[in-house]
Amino acid sequence: MSDLPPEVEKLIDQVQYEEAGEFPVERGYIYTSCSSVENGNPLFWDDAVARAVTDGPIAPPTMISVWFRPHQWSPGRTEPGVPLKSHFDLKEIFELPEAVMTDNTIVFHEPVRPGDRLRTRQILRSVSQPKTTKLGTGRFWVIDVEYLNQHDELVGVESYTGFGYRRGEA
Amino acid sequence: MTATTTKVTLADVHVGDTLPELAYRVTATTIVLGALAARDWRPMHHDYDFAVNRNGTKDIFMNTPNQAAWFERFLTDWSGPTGRLGRMKFRMKGSVFPGDTMVLAGTVEQVDTDETGCGWATVLVRLTVDGELMTDCTARIALPTTDDDNPWTRRGDQWRPVATLGS
Repeated sequence: MSDLPPEVEKLIDQVQYEEAGEFPVERGYIYTSCSSVENGNPLFWDDAVARAVTDGPIAPPTMISVWFRPHQWSPGRTEPGVPLKSHFDLKEIFELPEAVMTDNTIVFHEPVRPGDRLRTRQILRSVSQPKTTKLGTGRFWVIDVEYLNQHDELVGVESYTGFGYRRGEA
Repeated sequence: MTATTTKVTLADVHVGDTLPELAYRVTATTIVLGALAARDWRPMHHDYDFAVNRNGTKDIFMNTPNQAAWFERFLTDWSGPTGRLGRMKFRMKGSVFPGDTMVLAGTVEQVDTDETGCGWATVLVRLTVDGELMTDCTARIALPTTDDDNPWTRRGDQWRPVATLGS
């Protein structure tokens, strides 16, 4: 029998936080991301190759989460923007001050292109019983993030496993 | 910058093949640049005091999207630009810190053609530091089946990135 509080139970498999990315997909971040891992794939550096192979420039598929991460600050924002709000909600509900991600699955569908405006939605899939790891005691949870482009085409689905925890006594 | 002008086709790939190993000396700049490139402002990826005293780790550590980017780079260095990622699943068993030399090594676990005629290689990638496994990643990457095939032209039901790979 589940030990989850009703406020968490009712969130399982429910779509939350449907929101648009705060800016269109742009090449500056593509170059910065490629630079960060020294990715010389000519798809991202040579427009002739991109035209021939992908019918024009695309973003590296693994950048998918970049496009939904909010600005740390923007006009009118009183708290730092955080992505994956469902994850932070669970930390608060369970009063678990720390968290790390342990697993990530990404399925790539339509390519993401400069100028695209992506929309996302978050779906909590599961929350574990309390567990103790070397980091502390807490719970694992799985959150899916679905990404669609401005044509309502699915561009990807990410599944994160997070571990929210409270550090053990030293 | 690596040169990725190669074009691996499905016929070139066999179960048990190994990918060229990548060894990389990680610095604090690697970690911070990777986090900021991913728009990940969480302090454990740039603030030593927060990482040590709040997260309980020994230093700032590489974030999840940047690990994904390293895996993508490793795979497409091998496949060339016509390799198209379909699915990637990875589990982080340990963290990558400044001062580590991370080594990425890959082995082809499966080669198949799906019902649409799309060719696939399933590759197990292991990210190790000093021989200790930090992250393992299973990736399914589409490869051209012939010299004039291109997986990037597939759309709609001709693109099936989730078939055959166990969860």
